[in-house]
Formats: sequence, C-alpha cells, structure tokens
Amino acid sequence: MALDNIQKNMLSEIAGLEAIPEGAFSLRLDGQSALRQSTENIEIVPKTDKPGIDIYIKAGTKGERVDIPVIMTKTGLTDLVYNDFHIGEDADVLIVAGCGIHNAGHDKSEHDGIHAFHLGRGARLKYYEKHVGEGEGTGERVMNPTTVIEMEADSYMEMETAQIKGIDSTKRLTKATLGDNATLIIHEKIMTHGKQFAVTEFEIDLNGEGCGTHAVSRSVAKDDPHQEFISSINGNNRCSGHTECDAIIMDHGSVVAVPKVIANHTDASLIHEAAIGKIAGEQLIKLMTLGLTEQEAEEQIVNGFLR
Amino acid sequence: MLELRNVSFRAGDEPDAKEIINHVSLTIDQRFVALTGPNGGGKSTLAKLIAGIYIPTEGQILLDGIDITNASVTERARMGVSFAFQQPVRFKGLTVSDLITLASGRKLSVAEVCSYLSEVGLCAREYVNREINASLSGGELKRIEIAMVMARGTKLTLFDEPEAGIDLWSFGNLITVFEKMHEKINGTIMIISHQERILNIADRIIVIADGQVRQDGTRDEILPSLLGTPATCSVLTGKL
Repeated sequence: MALDNIQKNMLSEIAGLEAIPEGAFSLRLDGQSALRQSTENIEIVPKTDKPGIDIYIKAGTKGERVDIPVIMTKTGLTDLVYNDFHIGEDADVLIVAGCGIHNAGHDKSEHDGIHAFHLGRGARLKYYEKHVGEGEGTGERVMNPTTVIEMEADSYMEMETAQIKGIDSTKRLTKATLGDNATLIIHEKIMTHGKQFAVTEFEIDLNGEGCGTHAVSRSVAKDDPHQEFISSINGNNRCSGHTECDAIIMDHGSVVAVPKVIANHTDASLIHEAAIGKIAGEQLIKLMTLGLTEQEAEEQIVNGFLR
Repeated sequence: MLELRNVSFRAGDEPDAKEIINHVSLTIDQRFVALTGPNGGGKSTLAKLIAGIYIPTEGQILLDGIDITNASVTERARMGVSFAFQQPVRFKGLTVSDLITLASGRKLSVAEVCSYLSEVGLCAREYVNREINASLSGGELKRIEIAMVMARGTKLTLFDEPEAGIDLWSFGNLITVFEKMHEKINGTIMIISHQERILNIADRIIVIADGQVRQDGTRDEILPSLLGTPATCSVLTGKL
C-alpha cells in the first residue's frame, strides 16, 4: 500500500519509520485496520467482537520488534481500539506504538487506545509510545490511552511514553499488577502548550514478593495549560516502589501532583517525590553567560528536561 | 581591557539603601588579577556588574573602549565576557557534554569535550555523558564550571571563588589548572579568591572592602601586607 505525505511524516514522527518495515506490523488508519503483517514468532490477529487486535508473541522470542502505529488524518472522527499483547515466557521484545493525529478540519478528532499487556514468566518488554498532534484546523485533537499491565513472576517491563506537542486533551491511565520479582519502569514525558489539558494516572499494585517499580513523570506546562499527575502505589508484599513527578511550570500553566503510596506490608519500601517549579533564574543566567538569549536558554533547559 | 568608571551599585530603590559598590574606578589590562577582601565586601557584586547580571546605579563599564554599561548578559557574553559562578548551577537532563558544547558555541567532537575535562582534572570518559544534576558533587560541578569557561576562551574571564565548596585537598590539584591558565591565556582572568596560592600567581591584587577599593597593586606590594597584618589575618585566615 502507498502512504501519502502527511501519513509518511506522521509515521516518521511517531515511530521513527521512513517506510513500512519488514517484520511484525499493524497500521491503523482513520479508524480502520489498514495493514497487518505477522511473522513466524509474532502473530497479529484482528478481534472479532470489537475493534482492535491481539498480538501473540511466542515464548522465547528474542530481539524482535513490533510496530503498531495509529494515524488519523480525518477530522470529526472518534476511534476506540482494544489491543491486547500476549508476551510469551522468556520472550525479549520491543513494541513501538504511537499515535499521530493530523486534524486539518474544525471538528474533534479523538483516539482512545486501550492496551492490555500480559507478560509471561521471565518475559522482558520495552514499550515505546509517542503521541503527536498537528494540523492547521481548529478541531481538537484528543487522546485518551489506557494501559493495563499484568506481570508474571520475574518479568520486566520498561515503558516510555511521550506526548510533546499538539494534543489538546489527554487522559492517560496506567494500571499494573506485579508478580514475584517483577520489575516495572515507567518514564513519561508530557509537554503541554496553549490551553491544553493533560491528566495522567498511575495505579500500581505491588503484589509479588520482591517486585519493584520506578514510575517517573516529567512534564512542562507552557502558556496556559492544566496538568494533573496522580499516582498510587500499593505495596502488598516485600517490595520497593518509587514514584516521582517533576514539573516545570511556565507562564500561566497550572500543575497538580498527587502522589500516593500505600504500604500494606512491613517490608514494603515506598518513596514518592513531587516537585513543581518554574525554571530557576540562575539556570537562565548561566546559559546567558554562555552567549544564549533568554529564549534559547529556556529551550535548552526544557529540551534537556524532557529528553 | 576592562574599565570601570566611578561605578556604584545600590540594592533596592530607597534613597537610603546601602551602596554595595561605592564609586569604584579600575582599569584592568593585566593577565591575571585577583580580587580579595572580607566577605560581604562587594567582590561578587562587582563580578556580577561586569558580567551584566546587575546593572550599575551609577557609572560606566567599558570593554575595549566600548561602553557596555547597559548591555545584557547575553550581549556581554558574545562580546567576550565569561563568568564562572561561585555556586555552579545544576540542570536536570543536560549533560556535561551539552554544556561544554554550548559554552564553546560550536560543534565539538567527543575528543574535544574530553580534552577540556582532562584539563580540569576530570577523567573525561566518566563525565562526558553525565547529567549536571544532584549526582555530581560540589567539587565536580566546580571543575565542570571551569571547563566551560575554558571552552569559551574569551578575552575576559571572571571566576568567583573557585575554591568555595571544594575541600583543600582537591583544590590543591585545581591550583595547577590556574597556574597553567596563567601561562597560556591571551586575555584577562579576574579571580575572586582568598587562597594564598591563587594570590601568589596574580599579576595584580585588588583588595575590596565595604564596596570600595582598599588596596591595589602588584603581588609583591600587596601580598605581604595581607598575610602580615594581624587585623587582616583575622578576616582572611579563616579562608586559608
């Protein structure tokens, strides 16, 4: 199949792909499944009862990558999709999801992705998800992703999400349940501009003996947006949990951080940190003494912070 | 050449506000000039006035004959003023290599970044990709700060108490950095310090107290009186 230029740009933005790759791949275009490729170890099967796909990764699959980009270029479309990922025992894979909305019209475009991950015993997963919005229209670009993660014993998952520009409204919910010795690392990056709105919520149950999580959100609120960060970590066994919200606030932005840690076991070790503040004046001055203008200094500081 | 003409600085707008810098006039064209004197005497304020972080309430500042009194920090930086802070600033996410590259104003190879780090006694390989965050100690930050101004290589470089926040042992190693700098710079280094070993390599020593120049002369003229008089000693020995 051939992609037009807008679609090609989006694919490059969200997944770093310059063309449709060989290997496991599923492209969802304007609310329809446009292309699906399975491989020997990774099977992508459309759901029959609701929109979405099941992705089966065979036990022991190593070093393979799955791309499942979503691109929306039609205005006035609301797309709801359910994707379930079944990662077999001892598999070690990379999944790159991403959603780009190009809204040139005046109606709202919305993508709500509900992703469920099931990691088998000893499985390792890196999951990248990037959300981008663009388009000259006045129509809103909305994304409300839900991620549900179930981790069996000794599994490991690293989740990196980024929403850097162009999404007017987002409500993001991430729920996870960890088994014995499972590890979940989450790095989230959010930048809001204008009058954008972003809520992100983590709910992590540390149920297994010796499991642990490290959930970090870094965000920048510029112009006049509103952001909320809510995290709740439940330590139900001997476990370790760390949650961190670090936000830079600029102009008239507002940021709420609500970290919550709940220990239900004497050997649960839980830490939360939350810091919100503007760019320190001395940081700007330091970079200005290197010859940068105030605006260039601000860009460097924000880019570094969200790297 | 740096020229301060009758420069004063008052904090706050009230007419009775204290003069932090009180009618200071200096012409500086030596290679290595040390500013010393008691804490709270106005040394750091003077450096900030030269760097453009503060603007004088009275008087003029000239760099190579050009009036820079009202030039911004950025403009002065581009004209050739560098400033190593007493308290280096931390940046979440930016790396040592990012800052040294920004300082140099051009694209640097990893080898070039490393050579600046080696010059300040840091094992380059370990530091190049480190974030300038809370994981670095005060002494490490100080060295990186110095590497940054060296990468700029401007005609005027200000150091505000490079010894502050560094234990004496580490500072001993850092002295050699300044001795080396003294040998090969083309411009002027102005360094605020209480360290005898720094004062010892200065071509000129200026003593600032109560916002005014109290003594000004060559090392041979000034140093004996600084180290000799008990009155001054009580102020300075704490720092030595």
